[in-house]
Parts: sequence; C-alpha cells; structure tokens
Amino acid sequence: MMLASQDRRGFLRHTGLFGLAISALTFLPRMAHAAWNKPAFDAKTMADAYKAMGVENPTASADVTLVASDIAENGAVVPVQAISKIPNTTQISFLVEKNPNMLAAAFDIGPDMLADVTTRIKMGQTSNVIALVKADGKYFTAAKEIKVTLGGCGG
Amino acid sequence: MNRREFFHLLSAAGAAGMALPLDSSRAEQAADALYDAPGFGNVSLLHITDCHAQLRPIHYREPSVNIGVGGMAGRPPHLVGEAFLQQFGIAPKTRLAHAFTYLDFERYAPLYGKVGGFSHLATLVKRLRATRPGALLLDGGDTWQGSGAALWTKGQDMVDAAKLLGVDIMTLHWECTYGQERVKEVAEKDFAGAIDIVAQNIKTADFGDPVFKPYVIRAVNGIKVAVIGQAFPYTPIANPRYMVADWTFGIQEDAMQQSVDAARAEGAQVVVVLSHNGMDVDLKMASRVRGIDAILGGHTHDGIPVPSLVENAGGRTLVTNAGSNGKFLGVLDFDVKAGKVSDYRYRLLPVFANLLAPDLEMDALITKTRAPFESKLNEKLAVSEGLLYRRGNFNGSFDQLILDALIAEKDAEIALSPGFRWGTTLLPGDSITMENVLDQTAITYPSATLTNMTGAQIKTVLEDVCDNLFNPDPYYQQGGDMVRVGGMTFSCDPTAAMGARIADMAINGKPIDATKTYKVAGWAAVSEAARDAGGEPIWELVARHLRAKKTVAPPTLNLPRLKNVEGNPGLAT
Repeated sequence: MMLASQDRRGFLRHTGLFGLAISALTFLPRMAHAAWNKPAFDAKTMADAYKAMGVENPTASADVTLVASDIAENGAVVPVQAISKIPNTTQISFLVEKNPNMLAAAFDIGPDMLADVTTRIKMGQTSNVIALVKADGKYFTAAKEIKVTLGGCGG
Repeated sequence: MNRREFFHLLSAAGAAGMALPLDSSRAEQAADALYDAPGFGNVSLLHITDCHAQLRPIHYREPSVNIGVGGMAGRPPHLVGEAFLQQFGIAPKTRLAHAFTYLDFERYAPLYGKVGGFSHLATLVKRLRATRPGALLLDGGDTWQGSGAALWTKGQDMVDAAKLLGVDIMTLHWECTYGQERVKEVAEKDFAGAIDIVAQNIKTADFGDPVFKPYVIRAVNGIKVAVIGQAFPYTPIANPRYMVADWTFGIQEDAMQQSVDAARAEGAQVVVVLSHNGMDVDLKMASRVRGIDAILGGHTHDGIPVPSLVENAGGRTLVTNAGSNGKFLGVLDFDVKAGKVSDYRYRLLPVFANLLAPDLEMDALITKTRAPFESKLNEKLAVSEGLLYRRGNFNGSFDQLILDALIAEKDAEIALSPGFRWGTTLLPGDSITMENVLDQTAITYPSATLTNMTGAQIKTVLEDVCDNLFNPDPYYQQGGDMVRVGGMTFSCDPTAAMGARIADMAINGKPIDATKTYKVAGWAAVSEAARDAGGEPIWELVARHLRAKKTVAPPTLNLPRLKNVEGNPGLAT
C-alpha cells in the first residue's frame, strides 16, 4: 500500500480519477514492494514500530479523525477510516496497540490525494487503535478504543 | 383505624387470598383514574417496545438489581424499589408502585392482576387515539421474538398482530435473528403500505448502502413529523452474525446527525428517534447529536415514567424508555407552535388487563394464530412453589432453574445461561407450562451444549460479558444482563476496570484453577460452529427436567459477592 513516489506524483497531477486507477493498476506491485518498510511491519512493540517508521514525539491532534465502531462486529475484519485535515499530509498509518505486530497498514498520500483512507484491519483483542499522520515531517495521532468481544448474551 | 390503614388492610386481605374481585364500577373508576389522559398539543406519538411476542397478559417483575456505574450511578434508569418510587414520586403499595417496581411482587401481583396482552393493549390504543387524532403508533422492536408461537411462525403471529394494532413505524433487533431474508420478506410483502421499518444504522457490509429507510416523514394534523430509526447497534455481536451476514450495524453518531439534518431540511418540525440503543446509550447519544426532540427508547426494558431531559449543543432532547413485554404504552404529546416543539406531556401507562376490556377483533386473531400450538403450549410440566422471574443484573429464579436443569441433565460442573432481559414471571403455586419455558428460551439458536473450558477461559467469558454491562462508557455496553452462573461462586466489582471485575471463582469453596479443565454446560452460542454442531434445544432439556421433578422448590439464587456498590440505589437492600 506504499505506492507513491515522486515520479508517480507528477504523473497523477496530470490525470483524472480514471488515470489514477490505471496508474495504480500498472505500478502498484512494483512500487509497493520497493517501499515496503519491513522492520516497521515486523515490529512487536509500539516503540520499535515508531522507531522503524522514524516517528518522534507524535502529538494528538483534533485535525486527525479516526472513524470506527466502538465494538467490532467481527475482529477478523474491522473497518477503520482515518481523515487528516493537516496540510501536507504525506502518510496515514493504522496501529493496533495489542496486536502481535502493531503496524496494520500504511498509506502514502500524494499531493493531489484526499487525506482520507479506509481499510479493514484484524484485531485479536480489545485495543487502542491509532491513526498516525505524517505531515511536513511531523507526526500527529488520533486514537480510539475498539472493543473485541466474544459475543452473545445481549438483550 | 384511619383511611390509609384501612386500605392497607384491604390490600393485605386481597393478597392473603380473600378475593376482592374488581366489580365493574370499581374497575371503571380505577381505569378512568389511570387512562383518562386528556389530549394535549397537536402531535401525539404512542410508543410500544420490547413486547417480546407476549400476545396474552402476563406477569413481569421489574428488577431488584439494576446497577449503574460511573456517570450512570444513581440516575434513571439505574434505580430500583424504594429509590425508584422516591425518584418519581410514586406512592408505595399502589397499583403504579406495583407496575414500576419489584416491591412485594408476590403480594400485589394477584391483587392487581396480569399486565399487557395485545387485546387489552389494542383497547387502550383505541381509547387514546380517540382523544389524539392522527397519533402515530411506534414500535421499538423486539416484537417478533420471545414466545413459542412466534418462533414456530417465524414471527408471523406478531407481524399480523402489529398490523391489526395499527403500528405505523418500527425498528429492529431480535427480528433479525430470523435472518435478513425473513426481515426483508416481511418488510416488502406483509408490511407494504402498512408499516415502515426504519433503521439509519443498518447498511450493507460491502458498500455501506442503506438497507432500510433511515427515517420517514409523516404529516400529523398538518405538521411534518420525522421518525428516524436506530436499530440495536450490536445485533451481529450479541446475536449470531450469520443471521445478518450482509448487514452492518453500529451506533453511527455522524450518520444520525446527518439524518436529523436531512429531515429538518425536508421541513420536519418534529424529529424523534425510535431507538433500540438501550437507555444509557440513548442518554449519551442525546448529549452529542443536535436537533432531536425526543428519543423513544427500548432494549434495556426500563419502564421509566418521566423522561430524562438531556442538554446538547442544539438544545434539549427528551429520552424515554417504555419497558417491556407489553406492560406499558408510552404517550408523548407535543405542542408544536411556529414550526417547533414548544411544550410536551409524557405518560407511561401500565397496561392492566383487568382494567381494559379485550378488543374482540384482536382477541380473535390471537386465538386463531395460537390454535395450532395450544395443546403443546399448555402442557403442564411441573408446579412452582416459588416466584419465578428473570430480570436482574446477575440472576433470576427462572434462570437458576435453567442452570440447575443444565447441570443435572448435562452432568456438568458449571452452567452458564445468557443474561436476557425478556422472560415472564410466574407466581408461587403456578403451573410451569411449556409456554412458560419457551417464554424464557424461544430463540433461533437454542442448542444446549457441554464444553470443556479451562478456568482461565471461564474467567475470560465472565469478564467479557461483565464489561458489556458495566463499561463506564455506554457506547461500549450491549444492554443485556450478566451471564448467569451455576455451580461456581465468584465475586464481582462492577466499578473495576475491564478484565479486573471478576475474582474469587470457586466450586464448593475450592478455588478454580486457571489451567484445569471444567465441564461447562450452556446454551445460545452465537458461532457458526455451534449452529453446525446442533444439539437439543434448551426448552426440551428444561421440560424433561421439570417433568421428572413435578414440583419445583424455590430456587436458591447463585449470586456473586458484590464489591464497591454498597448504597447504590440500583441495588435493593
């Protein structure tokens, strides 16, 4: 999902939505592979994940919105959305504090892209989920607890 | 002897079996006092919720344990008994005190008689409609489930009864446990042109498209009234997800705000939410969403006679909860002036069967739909020596009976039974019929199970359910009660953090070993694996147990030792 590069940004600037879809299809596999931050995705502590991503002093920001249900309907596929209103947002990541590997997804945001991404993540247990935004080299977060329950017994 | 003592003596005499039949003139007086509710304003909404398919009058004991924690401590709905009466200014020992609390239930239930029943409810609805032209009848859901006849007809008996009652708009919860196809079938065929199902928070799991209308706008006396639906947000979690595999739910506060704004933009002068959130969730939602005049709530089965007024950025929102099992009819009258609500009146009327003549047309329909099942439903399985009820945070005597049956019939060490809030009440000396057992158990995933669980797994289950009840943030609650536990003692601190509420787990005084395996019986498992494994329906197991026993002594409730809730007005002393 790390698919942006300088070349591609230039290309996207001159194409519309259809062009974006085509370019993604064409370039996604190679770009994704090239930019894959393996140490970050393999990290087993928040500190290690942040370190591998180069994150220093992330600050909570009201300009980052994390949209997710309070209780997951299915821990195996939990829909999450992050929206950044911070200018020059270049990356949005999702981290799950209590997963074996915290970093669940990272999206690079090009200059003409809306900083608004949605994906589905897997969660083993109730945990804080963090939307981490990179903008102008600084890091901003929004966090929300998503509960994963055994189910049954309601009503 | 003064007048008050005299009446006290009279009621005692009634309870002692000295029959005090309500002659017709006395019944009429009592009915007039209760039901002569003069109309008010120009928009009226009648509200039923959580009737759980109880078409005939029943007894329903309100809880003696309904603890609120955090910001919910001591505030409606988390008040029981004397504290409840005091909060709402209801005189003790009266008909109303009996309707709203558990106090002296065994004594007053024979005196004041059964409650609910759709024939009696129909009469009351007609009576109120006579003084409230154009009134809408709203049904908060949990209508198609809760009885044997409803289960065996896939809710058809209730679908037909709701249409005859004149329900205008409804929302959903347990309806979904018949499967999404069945719900759509009723919505598109039976309800076409009669009842609108509204649910702003049910969307398709793939693209997030709406499954039902988020709201409808009806003109009442020329005034546009929007009714927004809020289905039970945690249906795929609290009940089997496979029943609603293509739908997603959730609270969806932002989408609710958008629905409110869209309804106002369409010219709605009154906006109400017909909600199955549960009262704590409704109170929080009312504090955060703007522009709602009232949330008419259900799910948590709280019969609350006075609305809560909640401040928010857009003004004030009324929050009501209309009880369960057909016991109450909510009546909300608005006076709309200059395009907005200027004043209101609210009543929560108990439906006393002996004060309301049955509506003959409804009675005939119920008799007809029950006919194929009467002989099975009427089987007398045993006689109960004690009061059998379910509702309460931790256990009820009917649940204890189910737990005892599970342990005996499955040869288990521990039994777990879900904390449902539906289920009717039987008085000492009553026969326990098959219908009564089904009133506690009639669900579409009823298999009784026996599972090997480690001590650690048992604790995880208890902690998980306990957090669904006592999480200090209502949005993380699911609105059921605590799982009922048989065979094992434990302690519970409702005020502790998630994962730290349950302690002192023991069998016969011997501490539970986290690594040791125990035989645990249960029912109502929500997984697909449990569905595929099958097994005897719980009502068959309980019926077999009762037939053999013939007489059931008052069950001894296995209750956790509670910590840090002394003095909580949600706990009977």
